[in-house]
Amino acid sequence: MAQRVAVRKTPKLFIGGAFTRSESGRTFACEFDGHSVHAARATRKDARDAVRAARTAWPAWRDRSAYNRGQIVYRLAEIMESRRDQFAQALRSSIATPTQADREVSAAIDRIVWYAGWCDKIEQVLSTKNPVSTPHFNVSSPEATGVVAVVAPHAPSLLPLISTCVPIICSGNTVVVVASEKDPLSAVSLAEAIANADVPAGVVNVLTGYRAEIAPTLAAHMDVNAIDLWISDEDLDAKTAELACDNLKRVRRRPEPLTDFWYGRDAQGLDWIQSFVEIKTVWHPAGL
Amino acid sequence: MAARSRSISKSPKAPASPNGGARLAVTAPVKAAWQYVAAPEAHDYLKLASHYDLFIGGKWVAPKSGRYFATLNPANEEVLTKVGEASSADIDRAVQAARSAYEKYWRRCSPQDRAKYLFRIARSITERSRELAVLESMNGGKPIRESRDVDVPLAAAHFFYYAGWADKLDWAFRNAAPAPLGVAGQIIPWNFPLLMAAWKIAPALACGNTVVLKPAETTPLTALWLAEIIQQADLPPGVVNIITGGGETGASLVRHPGLDKVAFTGSTEVGKEIARECARLRRPVTLELGGKAANIIFDDAPLDQAVEGIINGIFFNQGHVCCAGSRLLVQESVHEMVIEKLYRRIQTLRVGQPLDKNTDVGAINSKAQLDKIETLAASGEEAGRKRYQTECALPARGYWFRPTFFTHVALSDRIAQEEIFGPVLSVMTFRTPDEAVEKANNTRYGLSAGVWTDKGSKNFKIASQLRAGVVWGNTFNKFDPSSAFGGYKESGFGREGGLFGLLPYVRIPWHSA
Repeated sequence: MAQRVAVRKTPKLFIGGAFTRSESGRTFACEFDGHSVHAARATRKDARDAVRAARTAWPAWRDRSAYNRGQIVYRLAEIMESRRDQFAQALRSSIATPTQADREVSAAIDRIVWYAGWCDKIEQVLSTKNPVSTPHFNVSSPEATGVVAVVAPHAPSLLPLISTCVPIICSGNTVVVVASEKDPLSAVSLAEAIANADVPAGVVNVLTGYRAEIAPTLAAHMDVNAIDLWISDEDLDAKTAELACDNLKRVRRRPEPLTDFWYGRDAQGLDWIQSFVEIKTVWHPAGL
Repeated sequence: MAARSRSISKSPKAPASPNGGARLAVTAPVKAAWQYVAAPEAHDYLKLASHYDLFIGGKWVAPKSGRYFATLNPANEEVLTKVGEASSADIDRAVQAARSAYEKYWRRCSPQDRAKYLFRIARSITERSRELAVLESMNGGKPIRESRDVDVPLAAAHFFYYAGWADKLDWAFRNAAPAPLGVAGQIIPWNFPLLMAAWKIAPALACGNTVVLKPAETTPLTALWLAEIIQQADLPPGVVNIITGGGETGASLVRHPGLDKVAFTGSTEVGKEIARECARLRRPVTLELGGKAANIIFDDAPLDQAVEGIINGIFFNQGHVCCAGSRLLVQESVHEMVIEKLYRRIQTLRVGQPLDKNTDVGAINSKAQLDKIETLAASGEEAGRKRYQTECALPARGYWFRPTFFTHVALSDRIAQEEIFGPVLSVMTFRTPDEAVEKANNTRYGLSAGVWTDKGSKNFKIASQLRAGVVWGNTFNKFDPSSAFGGYKESGFGREGGLFGLLPYVRIPWHSA
């Protein structure tokens, strides 16, 4: 019997809950499972569309109960667990051996579960009730910063994507992420899992393409509140970080760490959430 | 704390409408009900030297250039004294002094000793509070009532609060082994000169950093008095260095290669430049910048209290307040009544000599700031907005601006979008809570906001939807060292005050992996 002809998948962008090609029609070649595929090469216009989708999704996501956000993030872990093979295959086709791929998928799923449990505890751990000297009730507590852009590391392609984006959405932010340029297909698989995990449309938007083309647009965008840069190219990093000052984005900036970093204790923590929240203080008189 | 209750001159015609919706025309100028006798605070015991040097390495040193610049009393335009103009050579010395103090003393100092030094400073500020208040009012133009009751006591309280943290950082950042950053360069504005110095220095020192602080060009004096207090408290030399100068001095400080951290309070424009410089240098920075706060008055608010809150919100410290309630959003059904009350109320404001204990509104800080306020107020008139202001007499010399408000302001007007930093209020209306939130958030800033309503649930809901770092419900312009203060959006990032105010001055090892 002749070998079955496999059905191949067109890798697309994920914007506002929809899988789209780049508005420009441009693509770039990458390897997948032994054959060549062409991933969408997002343009500046695609980046702006993604920001608009993230902004549109933001108020409703922020206003959901923390418990509900936690359930949705946990649901993402459930969906990914059931698609382990898909993720492992995507990783194998880039850099990883089967063992490495398996380890990365497990770590990514476990990390999601860890953050799912954080959603309804962030406010408790990061709030203070302040003993002011005047007769006022006074509380400082964290809120989502808004729309956060992430320029993800090149490698590995899955675990850093989870490690950056998931803590950001836990507190009620929405995200536009620029996926690994070297291996965009893990991000495409992640987008498909997100689309099936009850994550509302626009909460996570995934762009594939060249970061040198997209990152400066996101950094200069006046409706992006914060940006998370994992760029080892010093010129691009400096240019992007400086553009982010146009509207005083909150900036986290690190050169791309070695793979081991993503498995260590430093790659997971409350500070990953805290980097993208604002502290709001509310006063009210207390008296008769 | 600024607007203590005062008698309101009330015309017998002022109607108390039960439904709050009666249409009232703003009436003819209200005459002051009585005259006040001058009640000047004595200042003759305050002897100023002919000039002041820079405070570097625990000593007073002349600027290398030999240049000094005059600092004025904005209420009479007279020169008070001269202060040194720090050049890059002086900044170099100051940063080196801070570095060597960090290595030699401060990072080795036991946390409890750091605490004890800070407690000493807090106590000394209280001891010399009257002198500091008088000096603050003379150099900055703010009413003695405010410098005496707000600026100076809060400055002392800030040192006292952070003193206690110095040896308890492990409780603030559990399992995190917080470490100091090193040498911080700090630049502060002219609106709360001593208080801003306290906001900057106290948490930095508590966390084990040493500092080089540059006070504002027009208001250097209380920072120099603070330097003397620090000297007399026997802090190790170089832990705090205070250098005076203008914008160029500040820019050189930000760029100095020896800093580990920059903290700036001032305008958003300068803040962005500093952010870019720090981005180029990969240097941690926190920014406390401009604002254009909305003060939202719902129709169920206690209107007389709300009017006091509006007055306090915009006329406290001549409106030279980054978190001033400079946009008033009034629900349409009570608009006329609020305007009527507001107009009557501003006529009772005492505008004049900062050292007079009756004064509510003092002098504008500088000629440059007065020009800016006048330009923006003129733009309100050019846009055809209706202007109301106090009718009182103003002193002949000095920089003055009448408390003013504009009605019928559009969201796109310059006076609704740009920070005026003066006693000018822009009034707009809204119909629904959603519209109020939409308009309140329609600004690039996000420092503060006010909500006035008798309904608790509405207050909570609106407060949660406002994109601002501080929201005052049924109050305004309240500050406390235990309470975090800082902006969203282009009002900057980082918090000052409270536990969160420690964060800009510590390194958590796994944050910088």
